[in-house]
Amino acid sequence: MAGLCSCNSTIPLLLSGCLVITRGFMNIYWNSFRTFFRIGFFTIGGGYAMIPLIEADVVDKNKWVSREEFLDLMAIAQSCPGIFAVNMSIFIGYKLRGVSGSAVCALGTVMPSFLIILGIALFFSKFQDNATVQSIFRGIRPAVVALIAAPTFKMAKSARIGMTNVWIPVAGALLIWLMGVSPIYIIIAAGLGGYLYGRFIKPSEN
Amino acid sequence: MWWLYVKLFYSFFKIGLFGFGGGYAMISMIQGEVVNRYHWLSSGQFTDIVAVSQMTPGPIGINSATYVGYTSLANAGYGHGWAVLGSVTATFAVVLPSFILMLLISKFLMKYKNHPVVEHVFQGLRPAVVGLLAAAALLLLTSENFGTPDNPWQFYISIFLFGFAFIGSVVYKMNPIKLICFCGLAGWILF
Repeated sequence: MAGLCSCNSTIPLLLSGCLVITRGFMNIYWNSFRTFFRIGFFTIGGGYAMIPLIEADVVDKNKWVSREEFLDLMAIAQSCPGIFAVNMSIFIGYKLRGVSGSAVCALGTVMPSFLIILGIALFFSKFQDNATVQSIFRGIRPAVVALIAAPTFKMAKSARIGMTNVWIPVAGALLIWLMGVSPIYIIIAAGLGGYLYGRFIKPSEN
Repeated sequence: MWWLYVKLFYSFFKIGLFGFGGGYAMISMIQGEVVNRYHWLSSGQFTDIVAVSQMTPGPIGINSATYVGYTSLANAGYGHGWAVLGSVTATFAVVLPSFILMLLISKFLMKYKNHPVVEHVFQGLRPAVVGLLAAAALLLLTSENFGTPDNPWQFYISIFLFGFAFIGSVVYKMNPIKLICFCGLAGWILF
């Protein structure tokens, strides 16, 4: 009788244990999909608009990557071909759960645009002439610019920018903004500069 | 008709593979393939697609790939179902090259993260990326986003919304999604 009793109580215990494990396992996929779906949904006006959103959700809230890693990731995503925002989500997904994690995150990022555009293509052929849509977007655009400008300062802290290296971001920004230099060349030059500095100048300082 | 899907896949795979430099660079590549080379879309249709892609949520590259995939098939005279399959094809093809590439890079980086050469390269990259972000914000200070002083109502409200979102994000650490929703609502009421 006692054996039967313990048997009766272990089975539900085992079952609930399994449930907790699978739920915990599924949760990271579901969580990352939901997070990137939300990010994709609210990214308006190009890939850089996604940076403040990824920073808020991935770095600050979920702590999936550190702010330093986030900077490295931006450099990589920018120097790879393809869509900046998708590249970022692939890397973060890989860090969380390998290849399947990156597939889930990329799908989450792509899904909202895919569904919205399909909806527009199917139902609203004159979407861009709609006055309400236009006025909403007139309000959103300046906010998006501000949201891209804001993390610059937070990033500056994580990149350990001080008196000696502040010229690097300033020169980079001016070259891109005023001279129309492609960001890829800035990244290549900065990476090469870092390598040469570490190889030839830093050892002699020590 | 399957040939059209194959060509669509091939075109967008190429665009994904060589699409360096963000959404806008990609748009000119899409135009080159889809409008000038294959004539799947008229030039006017393409302009409309770019406008919608900029106005709707999501990365511009994905939006325009989805839309072009749909319209190409619809223009060729196929029904909605085939057109949806066209947008799946184009979107999948444009993401695939960067997916493969980013996976290889992620794998490599996780392995050699602490190698001194990799560390030095990233020490140089980090400050430059801050500059990139600043440049992205500066490049967006356009009349398209803010209006001009000729139209003071839109211009000053835009500047106010810019200040509101900046302070809300930096000082009060408000969630960016909330800020976007507030400013969209303000635009709806005020403009």
